[in-house]
Amino acid sequence: MNLFNIIDEIEKVDPEIRDRLNPRRAAIKNITSFGSKVAVAAMPFAIGTMFKKAYGQSSTSVTEVLNFALTLEHLEAAFYNAGAAKAGLIPAADSAYLNLIKRDENAHVKFLQGVITTLGGMPVTPATYDFTGGNNKGNGPFADVLSNYATFLAVAQVLEDTGVRAYKGQAPNLIGNKDILTPALSIHAVEARHAAAIRQLRRSLGQAPTIKPYIVSSATLGNDTGVPAANNNYKGEENVTQGGVNLVTALGVSVQVATASFDEPLSKEDVVALVVGSFIVTN
Amino acid sequence: MKTELNPTTDGANMARRSFLRYAGASAAGIALIGSAASCKKDRIMTTDGIDIGSGDIGILNYAYALEQLEASFYLQVIATPYSGMTSVETTYLTDIRDHEVLHRDFFKAAIGAKAIGMLTTDFSTINFSSRASVLAAAKLLEDTGVRAYDGAGYLIKDPGYLTIAGKIVSVEARHAALISNLIAPGSFVGDDQVDINGLNKSNTIAEVLGAANGFLKTKVNAVNYNYKA
Repeated sequence: MNLFNIIDEIEKVDPEIRDRLNPRRAAIKNITSFGSKVAVAAMPFAIGTMFKKAYGQSSTSVTEVLNFALTLEHLEAAFYNAGAAKAGLIPAADSAYLNLIKRDENAHVKFLQGVITTLGGMPVTPATYDFTGGNNKGNGPFADVLSNYATFLAVAQVLEDTGVRAYKGQAPNLIGNKDILTPALSIHAVEARHAAAIRQLRRSLGQAPTIKPYIVSSATLGNDTGVPAANNNYKGEENVTQGGVNLVTALGVSVQVATASFDEPLSKEDVVALVVGSFIVTN
Repeated sequence: MKTELNPTTDGANMARRSFLRYAGASAAGIALIGSAASCKKDRIMTTDGIDIGSGDIGILNYAYALEQLEASFYLQVIATPYSGMTSVETTYLTDIRDHEVLHRDFFKAAIGAKAIGMLTTDFSTINFSSRASVLAAAKLLEDTGVRAYDGAGYLIKDPGYLTIAGKIVSVEARHAALISNLIAPGSFVGDDQVDINGLNKSNTIAEVLGAANGFLKTKVNAVNYNYKA
């Protein structure tokens, strides 16, 4: 939580906020001089509550972003936990490799729960999951996900790449917020490391013999995983224009290089459409 | 949130340690660090340096400087392949070269007239005929790139620029994981880069430039971000 940003935000709608907070601000300033993490931990609870009651918008949208992230981390953690628990699914040779990812996803869940709680929010609880993508019918497009290792890794691939896109899409909602944006970007980078690692594993096992650690799209198809059911998860990755610069026509690179060099974001709505009612069960 | 962790200090130590490792604990390396440390007092030494500037353009120039460094490195890696480079390694390293060259050219085009100039690199500490030396340097550059983007993201004011930085940092993270796995399979989220919360470590501009300048003849400064080589 970047307290001063929040005060700046509030000032836009309430120009007198600084005057009214003045005595407390002096205290806050002293606290932050010890470092922002201490500040969050030590921030008087009353101030957080007062902000929420009077000016809910700013901090609510941050916790909404974090709860959206937590929703995805719950899904990923549950996925790897289920894979590890299923006897005979993951070969012994790959178990340590995949356990690193499982460890990270579970750590992300704990970390986000902690941050949301610190901000005075209520962390979302785990949902019911159907890793076949069948919304609890168990017969979705990845019907053998927990019995066929290749399918398991294909789903892992799609979840990781989608996770990267989801975090990226939320970054502008946390703009300028050092204490929340930095860890969000740091999780984003770890998801990208996972995505690359799963891609390398699928390639080395011959399950996707030509796949690269990065997403190499064609001019018309973002999806490079060889899993047609995931086409929508990669929709937009075929974009070759960045910041108004068409990389292919202006800088003379191939579509493959242009698309592999830049990962594309997804909106919250797009991500929800991709995972809710399929992997995340709805009533 | 863990209050006892101090990623910043840890990052500084890491950057310094890596710098020492890759710049070589040679006399030349030590001398270089010595001169860098004394530059604060003796600014005449750095009049030939470049400053990234301030605001979003400053951050974009910071990224541009790092991409220039990475691009130059991989151009050399592919021009003079190390002995025993496998075909899959050639494919990956060529891809990464193409990505970094594109990142460099993209920033140059996007920043336009306010872009910093071309940097002159100094890779004298890297043995380009040695797989271990090249991959260790690649790992350092990729890991540093990820930490740099993650650490500077909050300084960006324009949401469009932030998104572009996000589009690039995940590709750098993919490279970092790939290179790490080439060095030691299964090291894609090693605890040298990822903390116990599952967060990639990040670094300040000063920390990153302190390490990056070890590979640069043209020193890059960031006086608005408390760093002068």
